[in-house]
Amino acid sequence: MITFMNNSDSEEEPCNERTSLMSAESPPVPSYQDGLQASEAGEAQAHRKRRAGSRGPNNIAGGEMSGSGVPVRESALENEEEELTLKYGAKHVIMLFVPVTLCMIVVVATIKSVRFYTEKNGQLIYTPFSEDTPSVGQRLLNSVLNTIIMISVIIVMTVFLVLLYKYRCYKFIHGWLILSSLMLLFLFTYIYLGEVLKTYNVAMDYPTLFIVIWNFGAVGMICIHWKGPLQLQQAYLIMISALMALVFIKYLPEWSAWVILGAISIYDLMAVLCPKGPLRMLVETAQERNEPIFPALIYSSAMMWTVGMAKPDTAARGPSQQRWDAAEDGREHLRSPSHAESQMSETRSPVPTRPVTSLEELEEEERGVKLGLGDFIFYSVLVGKAAATASGDWNTTLACFVAILIGLCLTLLLLAVFKKALPALPISITFGLIFYFSTDNLVRPFMDTLASHQLYI
Amino acid sequence: PAFGLFIFTIARDPLRIIILIAGAFFWLVSLLLSSLIWFIAVKASDPQDERLQKGLLIFGVMFSVLLQEAFRFLYYKLLRKAIEGLVALSEDGCSPISIQQMAYVAGVGFGLMSGAFSMINLLADALGPGTVGIHGDSQLYFLTSAFMTMVLIFLHTFWGILFFHGCEHRRWWEIAAVVIMHLIVSGSSFCNPLYVGSLVPSYLLMAAAAAWAYLLSGGSAQNLRRFLLCKC
Repeated sequence: MITFMNNSDSEEEPCNERTSLMSAESPPVPSYQDGLQASEAGEAQAHRKRRAGSRGPNNIAGGEMSGSGVPVRESALENEEEELTLKYGAKHVIMLFVPVTLCMIVVVATIKSVRFYTEKNGQLIYTPFSEDTPSVGQRLLNSVLNTIIMISVIIVMTVFLVLLYKYRCYKFIHGWLILSSLMLLFLFTYIYLGEVLKTYNVAMDYPTLFIVIWNFGAVGMICIHWKGPLQLQQAYLIMISALMALVFIKYLPEWSAWVILGAISIYDLMAVLCPKGPLRMLVETAQERNEPIFPALIYSSAMMWTVGMAKPDTAARGPSQQRWDAAEDGREHLRSPSHAESQMSETRSPVPTRPVTSLEELEEEERGVKLGLGDFIFYSVLVGKAAATASGDWNTTLACFVAILIGLCLTLLLLAVFKKALPALPISITFGLIFYFSTDNLVRPFMDTLASHQLYI
Repeated sequence: PAFGLFIFTIARDPLRIIILIAGAFFWLVSLLLSSLIWFIAVKASDPQDERLQKGLLIFGVMFSVLLQEAFRFLYYKLLRKAIEGLVALSEDGCSPISIQQMAYVAGVGFGLMSGAFSMINLLADALGPGTVGIHGDSQLYFLTSAFMTMVLIFLHTFWGILFFHGCEHRRWWEIAAVVIMHLIVSGSSFCNPLYVGSLVPSYLLMAAAAAWAYLLSGGSAQNLRRFLLCKC
C-alpha cells in the first residue's frame, strides 16, 4: 500500500443523496416570466389533475410547478405535457436503473475476482474500534461505537459544507471538490489497476501504467468538472462511485458496515426531511439562489440545458418551460484510510432528483433525473458486501440487487408524488438489508437443500 | 433463451422493465416467506430423522408453490390498479400497455428470478474444477439442471399469461389449472435423479401451456402458418 503522510486536514463530508424534485420558485429568465407563469399554472393544474387520478408508478412528474396561480392553459399543451411526462416517467426510472446496475456489476465483479478487496488490512481511522473481539456483545458495542463516530463525522462535514455554501465560499468548495476527485481518479485507479493486474498475472511496466492512468485521470477531471460528452461523464461518475464503494467494502469491518448502512439511511431521512436538516437547508439555499449544484457530486441522466437555449413563444403555443431547479446538494466526503493515504475524497452528493426541463415547443424535453453519487456508492457497498461476505453467494447478491432496484423505483414514485427533495437511501437500503439478512439465513439453507436433491419449486 | 426473451421483447420499453423487476421482487418475497416457514419447521423438528426431513422438504416445496401462486395473484391485483392509473394518465384513454403484455412480462419476471435462483450457484460451481457425479450421483446433473431450469422459466411465463387471463375473465378453473400444473411440475422433480420422470412431463406440460397461452392471446393456427410462411 502506498503510504504517505498528508497534513491537510482530512475532512469528510458525507454527501447525502437525495432525490429531490425541486420546484423552481423563480423562473430563470425574466423574459419568460409571463409565459412561464402561465405554463406553470397550466402544468400545475395538469399535474394536480394527474396526481388525483393516478397511481401510476411511472409518473415521475417532470415539472414541478409552483404555480403562480394564473389559470391560463391551453388544453392542448396540457395534454401534450401529460403525455410527455408519462412517456418519460418510466424512462427516468430506467435512466437511473442502468447506471446503478452498472455500478453494482462493476463492484460485484471486482469483489468476486480480485482478492485484495476482501482481505482485511486495517481500518479507517474513522472506525477505530476493532471487531476482533472475543465476545458477541463486545463486537456489537464496537460496531455501534464505530457507527456513531462515522455518523458524527458525516454530520460535521455536512454542516461544514452547508456553512461554506451559505457564506458563498465557492472557491473553497470547488477547490475541495477538485482535490478530492483528483485523488479518487488517480490514486484509487492506480491501486485498483494494480490489484487487477496482479490478479490476472498481467505484467505492465511503469511507463505504460503512468500513461494510462494519466490519460484516464485527466480526461476524467475534464469530463466531470467542466464539459464533456454526457455518456463519458456518466461513465466516469459510475467508475469513481465504484472505486469509492470498493474502498468502503475493504476498510469497513463487517458488522460496522451493516450498522453504518442502517444508520446512514436514517440520517439521510432526517437530514432531508426535517426542517432544520442540513441537507434541506442546503437545498433551499441553492434554490433561492437559483444555482446549479456542483457537477462533480451528482449523476445526471440527461443533458442540462442552460437557460438560453430555449425559445419562448408566448404568443402561439405556450411558453417553453424552462425549469431550472437549482436545488442540488453537494457534499463532499473526504476520508482517509488508516494506513494513511492522504485524503480520500469521496464526493457524494445529495440528490435532488429533479427533472430539468428545457422544452422547446414541440421538441423533446430533455428531462433528466439526478441522483447523488453517494447513493450509488452506498447501494454498491451493500451489494458488494453481500457478494463478499455472504455464504449464499450469488443468490444473496441477486436478492439484494432486486431489492435495491425496487427501492429505487418506490423512491422515484414517491418523488413523483411529493415533488420535493427526497432521500434516496432509506427505502432501498432498508429493503436491501432485509433481503440480505433474510436471504442469507433463511433462503440459503432452503435452496441448498433443494439443489442437493435437485428439486424445483 | 430466457435472456433472449428479455432482450428482444422487454428491454425496449422501460415500463416493461419495471414490471419485470417488480415481478422478480414478488417471487423473491414469496420464496422468502416459504423458506421462513420451512426453516422454522426444520428447527422445530428433529434433525436426525431422515424421513421427517424429507417429508418436511416436500411440504416446504408444496407450500412454496402455493405461496408463489398466491403472490402471482397479489401481483395481478397490483397491476390492475396500476393499469387504471395509467389509463387515467394517458390522454386518449387507453393504457400504454395492455394487461396481456403485463401478464407476459410478469411471467417472465417470475421465471427469470426462479431460474436465476436455481441455476446461478450451480453455474458458479461449474466454473471451478470438479467431477460431476463423483459420489454415484448422476453424471448429467448439470445438463438436466439446465434443461429443467429452462423449462421452468418458460412455464412461469406461460403460467403468468394463463393466470392473468383467468383472473381477468373470472375463470377460476384456469387459475386452478395453473396451480395444479405447478404442483405437478414441482412434484415431478421429486423423481430426480430418475430424470425421465421429471423432465418429460415437464416438457409436455410446457408444450400444452404454450399452446393454451398462445390461443388465449389471440393466436390461432392460421396466424401461425401465416407467420411462418411470410418469413420464408
